[in-house]
Amino acid sequence: MAAFTLKINNTTHTVEADPTMPLLWAIRDIVGLTGTKYGCGIAQCGACTVHMNGAPVRSCSIPVKVAAGKEITTIEGLSEDNSHPVQLAWIKEQVPQCGYCQSGQIMAAVALLKRIPHPTDKDIDAAMNGHICRCGTYQRIRQAIKTAAQLTH
Amino acid sequence: METVKQPLSRRDFLKLGGLTGAALSLGFYFPASGKEMEVLKTETAENLGIDLNAWISIDTSGKVTITNHRAEMGQGSFQSVPQIIAEELEVNLDQVSIIFAQGNQAKYGSQITGGSSTIRGSYKRLLHLSASAREMLIEAAAKQWSVAKSECFAENGFVVHKPSGKKLSYGNLVAEASKLTPPKEVKLKDPKDYTIIRKPLPRQDTPSKVNGKAIFGLDKKLPGMLYAVVERNPRFVGKVKSFDDSETKKIAGVKHVFKVNREVFDNMFEGVAVVADTLWAAMQGRKVLKVEWDDSGFEHHSTDQLYAKMKDHLQKGDLISYKTMGNFSAAFAKAEKKVEALYETPYESHSCMEPLNCIADVKDGECTIWGPIQGPDWIQGDIAKALNLPMEKVTVNMTFLGGGFGRKAFTDYPYEAVMISKQIKAPVQVVWTREDDTTMGPFRPGMVYQCKGAVADGRIAAFETRIAGQNMDTQNPGADKSVYNGSDTEGFLEPYFNSIPHYSFGDTPLESPIPVMWWRSVYASTNGFAFESFIDELALAAAKDPLDFRRQHLGNPRYQDLITKLEEVSGWKSRGKNSGYGVAITECFSSIVGEVVKVSKNSEGKVKIDKVWAVMDCGWYVNPDIIRAQVEGSIVMALGAATKHATHFADGKAVEKNFNEYKMPRIGDTPEIEVHIVDNDEKAGGVGEPGLPPFTPALTNAIFDLTGKRIRVLPFNLEEV
Repeated sequence: MAAFTLKINNTTHTVEADPTMPLLWAIRDIVGLTGTKYGCGIAQCGACTVHMNGAPVRSCSIPVKVAAGKEITTIEGLSEDNSHPVQLAWIKEQVPQCGYCQSGQIMAAVALLKRIPHPTDKDIDAAMNGHICRCGTYQRIRQAIKTAAQLTH
Repeated sequence: METVKQPLSRRDFLKLGGLTGAALSLGFYFPASGKEMEVLKTETAENLGIDLNAWISIDTSGKVTITNHRAEMGQGSFQSVPQIIAEELEVNLDQVSIIFAQGNQAKYGSQITGGSSTIRGSYKRLLHLSASAREMLIEAAAKQWSVAKSECFAENGFVVHKPSGKKLSYGNLVAEASKLTPPKEVKLKDPKDYTIIRKPLPRQDTPSKVNGKAIFGLDKKLPGMLYAVVERNPRFVGKVKSFDDSETKKIAGVKHVFKVNREVFDNMFEGVAVVADTLWAAMQGRKVLKVEWDDSGFEHHSTDQLYAKMKDHLQKGDLISYKTMGNFSAAFAKAEKKVEALYETPYESHSCMEPLNCIADVKDGECTIWGPIQGPDWIQGDIAKALNLPMEKVTVNMTFLGGGFGRKAFTDYPYEAVMISKQIKAPVQVVWTREDDTTMGPFRPGMVYQCKGAVADGRIAAFETRIAGQNMDTQNPGADKSVYNGSDTEGFLEPYFNSIPHYSFGDTPLESPIPVMWWRSVYASTNGFAFESFIDELALAAAKDPLDFRRQHLGNPRYQDLITKLEEVSGWKSRGKNSGYGVAITECFSSIVGEVVKVSKNSEGKVKIDKVWAVMDCGWYVNPDIIRAQVEGSIVMALGAATKHATHFADGKAVEKNFNEYKMPRIGDTPEIEVHIVDNDEKAGGVGEPGLPPFTPALTNAIFDLTGKRIRVLPFNLEEV
């Protein structure tokens, strides 16, 4: 066990953890932000996606010691009131069914739109293909990303 | 989202719903004497000692609260139930809030969220209940104004006196209304006058699902809660011979290691639980746990063996007959144009995105459960029995479900959590890793279908399907294995039974230790592939257009309308020569769905899916956008089972363990999907499942149309067609 400083959504947390513990469990079980989900544990499904220094990463596969000191943003950090353009678009297009994977999907979409403000279908497929939705909301995800692009610019 | 303590008194309900002051509370129940439901005030029910099935309550601020007695796992009952209530009650949807009910068989009857039953099972009762409340409010207003009731109407949470334009809010009327007796009969609206039902209103749970606030089972925490993971027998039924936890106990945070049972179809499956103060510690402890299993006394099947056995059964002709008409054998023997085909469908894992998990807290003669649960009343019954507690001492709380698809209707994982909590005398959350979730089943059973048929004069003269596979209903010890599988024709269209003169359906069950269970749309998910592929093969033999061939056999107007609509929206008649088009129509859970798939070849000559059109006839319906979403999702799930994933077995163990091996359909695999809904006056059918079965046969029929290659074994690789 060791102490680490995690900067999550502009708040600094000191956590006592096994250095090899994935960031995912530190966020969920120690810091208590449960919007970031466990789906596979091997970076195959994207449910655990958060931003680390602005880039989307799989928190299930980043040891807490690697994340220490870096700027982490989780789904809870996107907005106070669902006002982020991607959240608005997700509501407008009624994307979620069970909703479990959507935190990860949204974090990936936010990162994509930062990189490519008006993504094509190809850009969307490339950026989002690492994310599994068992409810099969993909068609709406594609539409919502386009809607979010319009809301942003 | 809130849940309530049990037994739920009216007072508790009002408090939890945040209802203020006097309230009008109505519920319904089924008197032992009659089949018709009766509406009662909750107060009256309490005085008479009657348990109401469900109730709504309106308080002095006009706020309406309803208990939802079904699970929310993505299918949208969180939205559609309030939409039904708001329509007949004449309130705005935002005035209606919903609280989850607990598992309580006595109060709610069956609560199992399965068989696409939430709406089709209860909509008439909910309409009736809300209309009763509306009539009482109107009566109260009419009394207050001393006018005739017929001069008043309800609108947006107000009662209006038509001649004078006077208005009173529901909040101001509940005190008076609650003194009245619910009307014996109420008039329900004509669907054409609906203003809330049938509208694509946004789901109320969506905001909480885009900001991380929705609480799923895995997100729930209790004070002092420990975490457990369980090393379970990879061959399912084997016993724990011994285990060595010396390394496990060295992991900081690990508190207990012990053998635990999980009840699966009345059989005890064994495992070793590692309990720790964090989930990570429990997972680390499990990694170094050594378990020796006794896997003697049962077969260790491989996939090849399972399918060889099924085919052998079919060849031997050991058939349990389910449904016949005429004389199939004689008709087939003398027929000129015969077709025979064998279809194979794989074992599948449910693979909900939220892996199985459950919290149990057993103490002082009571037990509380929190989890993503499809069947709370079943769990209440099972746990009460297992702990030898009265039903009311078992409280089952439902969270949001991160997917269900049939798996979370099963009671094994709460059972296991309860056994662990009982042993450690503390609240515990049992978490299944993705690997546990993928490898432990119960699985959709693998199936082999032997189809035989004959055509004469352009019509089906004889039709037979023999099904080999595990029967989900006969896995309990002592189950009668001589009975047919009542789902042998699930997915088949009813009118075929009238238009085919000679038919025969039956099955030959396979015995295996592999546990099997409902998977979205259940037997129809595999039967549909065989039936609708074979109908296409018969159409070809009859030299008929596949859609016309179906039209010719499905004389009922409801089916004719669906076919016409499908033909129109898909542009079937004007389809080009460079594409392949396939159609399939199936029926399950009282809904009929037809789908057309269009495929073509990409620049590298590989088959790609261009578009899917679906026409859903689910009769009376609530929210068209939720229906479209359910059909879109069903199609993607079917696409996965057709072209991406399957569970294989080797030496008795599941081979695919995580998403790197059990490959899921992803955004890049998903074609454009266009969903149409039929408007008619039929009874409400299911929405969450019936869109799944027709997709795969429509796809393989389209591939046949494009390439001349008939796909009869699933899954297949689209890139290798």
